[in-house]
Amino acid sequence: MTGSPALMVIRAGAMTTVQDDGRYGFQDLGVPVSGAADGEALRLGNALVGNPRNLAGLEIRLSGPVLRVAANRVHLALAGTADFGIRRHSDPQVTLPAEPWRSHLLEDGDEVVIGSVREGAVAYLAVEGGFALPAVLGSLATYGRSAIGGLEGRPLRVGDRLPLVCDDALGSGNRILPTDPRGDEPGGAIRVIPGPQDDHFLPTAWEALLGAEYVVSGNADRMGLRLDGPALRHDPGFGSDIVSDGLATGCIQVPGNGQPIILLCDRQTVGGYPKIATVASVDLPRLGRLLPGARLRFAVVTVAEAERLRRQREAFLSGLVSGIAEAAAPGEIDLEALYAFNLISGIIDAFEPVPPRHDEGP
Amino acid sequence: MKNCEPRFLSLGDTALTVEFGRSIERPLFARVIGLRQAIEAERAAGGLSGIIETVPAFRSLTVHYDPLILGQEALVGQLRAVLATAGTETVSGRRWQVPACFDEALAPDLGYVAEQSGLAAETVVADLAGTDFLVYMLGFLPGFPYMGGLPGRLSLPRRAEPRLKVPARSIAIANEMCAIYPVISPGGWHLVGQIPIEIFDPASTPPALLAPGDTVRFLPVDRAEFDALRRDATDGRFRLVPKPTQPDESEAPP
Repeated sequence: MTGSPALMVIRAGAMTTVQDDGRYGFQDLGVPVSGAADGEALRLGNALVGNPRNLAGLEIRLSGPVLRVAANRVHLALAGTADFGIRRHSDPQVTLPAEPWRSHLLEDGDEVVIGSVREGAVAYLAVEGGFALPAVLGSLATYGRSAIGGLEGRPLRVGDRLPLVCDDALGSGNRILPTDPRGDEPGGAIRVIPGPQDDHFLPTAWEALLGAEYVVSGNADRMGLRLDGPALRHDPGFGSDIVSDGLATGCIQVPGNGQPIILLCDRQTVGGYPKIATVASVDLPRLGRLLPGARLRFAVVTVAEAERLRRQREAFLSGLVSGIAEAAAPGEIDLEALYAFNLISGIIDAFEPVPPRHDEGP
Repeated sequence: MKNCEPRFLSLGDTALTVEFGRSIERPLFARVIGLRQAIEAERAAGGLSGIIETVPAFRSLTVHYDPLILGQEALVGQLRAVLATAGTETVSGRRWQVPACFDEALAPDLGYVAEQSGLAAETVVADLAGTDFLVYMLGFLPGFPYMGGLPGRLSLPRRAEPRLKVPARSIAIANEMCAIYPVISPGGWHLVGQIPIEIFDPASTPPALLAPGDTVRFLPVDRAEFDALRRDATDGRFRLVPKPTQPDESEAPP
C-alpha cells in the first residue's frame, strides 16, 4: 500500500462514531462524558485485538459501515451482534460471513461489511492500535452536539478516511473469547437506586415505577431514553422543577409530564428536573443497547447491592479478557482457553463472595 | 445563612451529591466551592483515590467516583472528614472584565427588557455593566455559564417562544440569571448584548474561559471597538486575562 494507513469509508452506516470510554475531568465546565453507550462491548472488542481497554473504536448504531483497508494488514474485531462479513480483495464479488466476538486479519484492499445491528442498538468495531486521530480534552469520544472528538466531531460519511495508528498487525486474527459475553449478563428488571430526589414524588409514582412496564419511545439516542408508561407524579409540595444539580449516567429524570427519561452517555452535566432514581452501573451497558419499543421493568436495590453486582460483573469480564486465546482454527473452540477461563473464574470466586454460577461457560 | 448539615444523595453507585440547601444563595455556593477546593487539595496530596471528578452546581457538589475502587459508604465517611476542614467563607474565583457590546443589532431583546421593566435601555445597560456576576456553574452546553447577581428589576421569565438559533457569544438573561451562549444554539433567554471573544474552545487549556466561582463584569464597548476586538480575537491577537486579585475589594461575604 502507499500513504499512511487508514480505513476508507465506502458506506457510512446509520450513525457510526468514534468512541472511547469517555471524556472525564471536564464536567465542571459543562462538557458531557460521551464515550461508548455499551462500554463493556468496546472493552471486549479492544481486548480481542490486544488493545488497552480505553482505546477508541467505532460505535455502530442500527446499521453499519463498509470499510476498505488501506494498510498492510489490519487486525480487528466486532463486539456485538450484527450482520458481519469480509470481502477479500482477491475475490471482491464474495462477502464471506464473519463471526463477531473474535478477531480477524485483513489485508490491503479487503473490506469489512457490517449490516444491521441485531439484538440491540449498538455494536463496536475495534482495530488493533486504534485510530490516529487527535484527542480532544484527553479523549477521542465523539460528542456531536458540540462537534468535539472523533473524526471532526461527527459521524462517519462516505468518502471519509479514518487514519490508523498501525500499518501492520501483531495479532494473528484468530483470537476468541472463552465464552459468550452476554451469557452471564443480567436479564430481567433494570436495577435502580432511589435518589437523588426520590422524596419529590408521590407514593403512587413509586408504585408505578416498580410495578408497571415502560416502553422505550422513538425518542431514544445517545443522550437518553424517553420512556412511555404510567406518569410518575411529583409531590405537589416540591413541583416538577428543582434548582439544577449534578447528573450521572443512568439518572431517571422526570419532567412535568411525568414521563421518565433515562440519561445516557451524551447527557448534560447538570439539570433541573427531579431524578426519582438512578440505574445501577451494572445495568448501564444493557441500557445503552436498548432500541425504541424495548420493554422495561425496574427493581430497587441498595447501593451496597449495586456495588456487589458490579464487582461480580467485573470479575466475570476480567475473567473473559484473561481467557482470550488463539482459536485452533477459525470456528473451533479452544479447549485450553476454556480451561484457563474456568481456572480464572475459580480464583475470582475464591476472592469474591459470589454464589457459584452454572451458566458461565458452554 | 442556614448552616445546616449537608445531605448526601446517591446518584446510583457511581456518583454522590453533597447538598447544602435548596435555594440559590451565595453562602450555600461558598460551601460548595469550599468543599470542592478541600477535595481537590486532598486529591493533589494523593488522597481520596477513586474520585474521578467533582461538579459544582448552585447548592450542591456532585462527586463522580469509580465504584470498583471506592464504595459509597466509605466515600461519605471521607467526605465528612473533608467537610470538617473545608472553607465556607468566601468564593475567591478569578475576576474577569469582559468587553461587551449592547448595540441594538447585537442585543435584539434589549428594547423588550427595557419596556417590560419600565426602564430606559441605557439604564438596563448600566445595570448590566454595573453588576459583578458570579459564575455558579457551567452546563446546558460546554462552557455555558449560569451567572447570578442580575438586578431584580431586570428579572423576566423566559421567552414564550424559544429562538431556534441564538447567535454565539450572546449575553442573555432570564429569571435571576445571566448567561453567555458559547456557540449557536436554540435558547429561550432574552438577548441583551454580545461579547467579542470565545468562551469555549476545546483546543485551549482549560477549554472554558470561565469556571464556577469566577466573577464577571461586563465592560461596555461601542460597535467599532467590538468589531476590532472580534477581529483580534479571531486572529489570536486578543486574549482576555483575569484581573489581578485585589483582596480588599468585594471579597467580603455578601
